[in-house]
This record gives sequence, C-alpha cells and structure tokens, in this order.
Amino acid sequence: MNTPQDLHYAKSDEWVRIDGDVATIGISDYAQDALNDIVYVELPSVGDAFKKGDSFGSVESVKAASDVYLPVGGTVTEVNSELEDSPELINSDPYGKGWLVKVKLSGAPDLSDLMDASAYIEYCDNR
Amino acid sequence: MVEALEPLIYEISSAGRVGVNLPACDVPESPLPTDLLRDKLDFPEVSEMQAVRHFVRLSQLNHSIDTGFYPLGSCTMKYNPKINEDVARLAGFANLHPHTNPEGAQGALAMMYQLQEWLAEVSGFAGTSLVPAAGAQGELAGILMIRKYHQDRNDAQRTKILVPNSAHGTNPATVTMAGLEVIELPSDAEGNVDLTALKEACSGEKAKLIAGMMITVPSTLGLFEAHILDVVKTVHDAGGLMYMDGANMNALMGIVKPGQLGFDVMHYNLHKTFSTPHGGGGPGCGAVGVAERLLDFLPGPIVKITEAGTDDEAPLYGLVTPSKTIGQLKAFYGNFGMHIRAYAYIRAYGGEGLHEVSRHAVLNANYVRAKLMDTFTIPYPRYCGHEFVLEGHWEDAPSVHALDISKRLMDYGIHPPTNYFPLIVPEALLIEPTETETKQTLDEFIEVMKKIAQEAKTSPELLHDAPHVTPVSRVDEIKAAKELVLCCAPLLKTVE
Repeated sequence: MNTPQDLHYAKSDEWVRIDGDVATIGISDYAQDALNDIVYVELPSVGDAFKKGDSFGSVESVKAASDVYLPVGGTVTEVNSELEDSPELINSDPYGKGWLVKVKLSGAPDLSDLMDASAYIEYCDNR
Repeated sequence: MVEALEPLIYEISSAGRVGVNLPACDVPESPLPTDLLRDKLDFPEVSEMQAVRHFVRLSQLNHSIDTGFYPLGSCTMKYNPKINEDVARLAGFANLHPHTNPEGAQGALAMMYQLQEWLAEVSGFAGTSLVPAAGAQGELAGILMIRKYHQDRNDAQRTKILVPNSAHGTNPATVTMAGLEVIELPSDAEGNVDLTALKEACSGEKAKLIAGMMITVPSTLGLFEAHILDVVKTVHDAGGLMYMDGANMNALMGIVKPGQLGFDVMHYNLHKTFSTPHGGGGPGCGAVGVAERLLDFLPGPIVKITEAGTDDEAPLYGLVTPSKTIGQLKAFYGNFGMHIRAYAYIRAYGGEGLHEVSRHAVLNANYVRAKLMDTFTIPYPRYCGHEFVLEGHWEDAPSVHALDISKRLMDYGIHPPTNYFPLIVPEALLIEPTETETKQTLDEFIEVMKKIAQEAKTSPELLHDAPHVTPVSRVDEIKAAKELVLCCAPLLKTVE
C-alpha cells in the first residue's frame, strides 16, 4: 500500500494535501484498492461551499458506490474533470492524476482528527 | 459488439406472418374512438412455433431455481410452490376487475383480510397494509409513517434516522427519499450494533432530533442482534420509533415476533418469506405491519369487516382508508396476484408449518457454515440465522477474489451467492441456502466450495477465467458500467 508522508488522512479514507490556502483532496490507495475498478465519479461544481465532514460527491466502482467526505471545509475552486472520461485514474494514480477536488480554505484548517501516514497505515492494518 | 445468443423477436419477424387465428367475434363490434387508432403497430409477426422456440431458448439461457441451487444471500430464493400459480389463476381471482364494487368482490376481500391478519399474527403487529409494491416501497411507507407520527404530535424537529453500517443500501436511500437524515452507526466486534455509539447518538439534546431507527433482524451479516432489546429501549427512550427491515423474516417465523420485541413498524417481502415470484423488478409486495400507535397512518386501502357476520352468514368486508394515512402509494390495492400466492403459501403451511420453515432455514445455513468453517474465513464465528457471510479470499491464493469464486460456482451449475455485500466484510460472500434444499444438495454445494478453494491454490487461472461452461463467459463489468447501452441495435436504427 502506497501512503505518501506529506498528506493527511481521514478515517473515511480521503487524503488532503495543504498548499498555502488551497487543499487538494482525493481518496487513498487503500480506498481505491478496496473499491476495485472505479467506473464513475460524481463531483461538485466550482463555487460550491462545504463544511468539514460534508459529503461532496461519490465514487462508484463495480462493487459499490461510496460517498466521499471533505476532510477540511472550504469552497471548491477546481474539480478534476479528466475523471469524467477516465475515472480509472483514481485506481492507477490515487495521489496524482486521480485527485478529486481543490478547495480554498476558509482560515486555518482543522486537522486535529486527521492522521499522518504512519497512523493511517496502522489504522488500515487493523481493519 | 457481442454476438447475440438469441435474436430479438423483432429480428425473426416477417410482415404478414400470423401465429394465431382468432375466432369470429361473438359480441357486437364496438368502434374505438378514432383518435386512439393507429395505422401502424410495431408488433413482431411470428408463427406460433417461432414464438415458442424463441422463449424456450431464452429461458434455457437463464439460471433458475427450477434448474439449480440458488444460495443468493439476503434474497431468500426459496422454491415457490407451483400450486401458488394455479391458485392465482383461478378465474374468480384472475378475472376480477379492480373497479368491481366491494359487494361483488367479497371472496377477494376475505382473502386479503385473512392475509392481513396472518401477517400481523406472524409478526406480532396490530395491523397490516398490503398496498406497497415491493420491499423498498414498504420501507418508504414505514419511514413516512414515522415522519407523519412525529408531525402529528407537533414533534417535527425529529429528522434523524439511525442506520447501522451493515444495513441494506435501500435503508439510507429510503431515509433520504423521505426527506430525513441518516446517522450511520458502526458495528461492534461481534457484528452487533455498537451500543456505545447508539447511546451516544441518543444522548442529551441529540435525543430530541431522533425520529427513529431502521434495523434488519437478523442483520445482513446473518446474525441475530444480541442486544436488540437494549437497542429498542434506547431509541424509544429518546422518543424515536423502531423500524424493522423484514427482509430476513425467513429466520424468525414462529420463533420471535418483531412486535413483541418492541418494533413499531416493519415491511415484509412477500417474495422472500412467503414464496411469491422474484425478479424483473416486480410485481412484488412489500406489505407493512405496524404497532397500535401507527395504525391510523397506514397506506390505504385496508380491508376491514364492515358488518359483523353471524353463525350462518359471512361478515361483509369493505375497503377503508385510515384516518391519518400517508396516502395510497400504489394503484388500487397493490399487487393483488401476490396476495393470492402468499395466502396460498401460508394456508398450505399453517402456523406450525411456518415455524418449521424458519427452523429448517436456520438449520441449513448453520450446517453449511459449520462445514465450510475450516476452508474459509468466517468473520463472525457464531451461530447464524438463515444466512451467513464468509470471506472469499485466502492469503495463500492472493490473486483470487470473491468474484472469481462466484464465477467459478457457475461452472458447477450453482448460482453465485451475493458478493461484496455487506460492505463491512472484505471480499464478502453472503450465503443463504433456504429451507427448501435437501441435505444432499447442501453436501454437493459444500463439496464444490471446497473444490474451488483447492483450485484457487493450485490453478487460480481456472477461477480468473470462469465461467467456462455457461452460455455467456466472463463479462467485462467495467466496460458494461462505463459504456452502458440500453437499446438493442435494431431499435437504435429506427430511432435514427
């Protein structure tokens, strides 16, 4: 399982990369592997505002459809439109080309309930 | 483009060909309104023999309970006695027009009344509506009743419904459809609802927002909720109502009544527990049973005795709409043909018989589970209800997944179990043998499962490429999901 060190992870298996006041969000390698082949992604519109923990879309595989939740609150500035035609990018490159949305943070993000890479690895091992 | 195994009936059609010669009309002809007449009807024109062969060939491409074992968990694919079909086709039932006034339909109403009473008796409820057309509509009826109950008491801020994470996907969907909100609850290590999390969700001020809880008993893991009385009490103490998803009622008949456990409302799947046909999206019946306090909210119409009978005369039955009903939900009285089949089934078994049905369903599931325990990982190793979950994966056969096992079972003439559900079990295979299978069939299934486990380790490619002997081999599920084509080619041409 690939788990980059520079990301924060949620219990619901999303990752977030903080860069200034912009956060990039996707789902983890563990999550894409558990879901299996992803065939459809539903994403929000640019400008939509969400609170931390809100469902902002869903990821559908041949096995199941799962809601995805925002690990930090903010306003959507960009969505990965490439996923519309190529949702399999989430499977092949979950931390790169398979990102889901970028949000503009409203103030300093609350990261207190998120995990670092080693805590997330341990969390996944115990499931 | 995949080559079709059987052409469409339109593709074998030839203009002017006739399959049936209609007899001369023996009633006066009545002209139809001209604005309803069409010049061209797009009907296939085939001979009788072509029609027979076409449909028989299609049926042979299918797996059915009439041709093989069907251990599809959570679906209760029991054998539906053929006599149910004879009874549903009795002219007095089959030819009855839905607009017939109640005085002219007393037999049908008496049958529906009796079925309502029997379902209430089996589950310990005060009343039943037969109207909902399927399990999902029964769920919706139940949650709409809970919502209206709170509104009626000026307690409309109760908008949260608790749903365990092992629930059928229809449960949260129902809550959303009803305009309420889901609070998902985790399961504990034993597969029960996590009581601590439940109590936390119902604590303090939060209690005032709880509209109710939806729970399946036994759960979708096939396990009886060990703390069910605690769960019911916690939600009731918070002011919420308890909804039971009755999909797994086949484990409970004559053993425990949901009404006596404290549930307020439940839907039945007549097509699961009471042997009416599944499939094709209906017609089904998701009858709902309710406790006393929800009686006035039932979807109508309900059959009631409107004039008591005497020793010599039958009572008079009529159709009644409850005073605070959530509405009608379905045209006329629901799917009447299903009521007849379920009636025939219950009538044939009787109370003792239904008890035996559940006892055998539970025994069969536990027998198969015990025999497969050494070959497969069973995530919750305790006695199960009428179904059980195992993990379709081994550490020493890492390339083999639950889906491969399912596909390989088809080579042995067995319908795959439910796979990848419940979601909380990795590589889940949910197996439900039902009461209608013999020990001989169960033993054959156990042997096949063990053989597949062996194959997974020695020749995994056999599983990866399975099925090998079915009319259609392994389908490309990703392509099917991504490039969905819902029209067949010839019809597409006419659209162009």
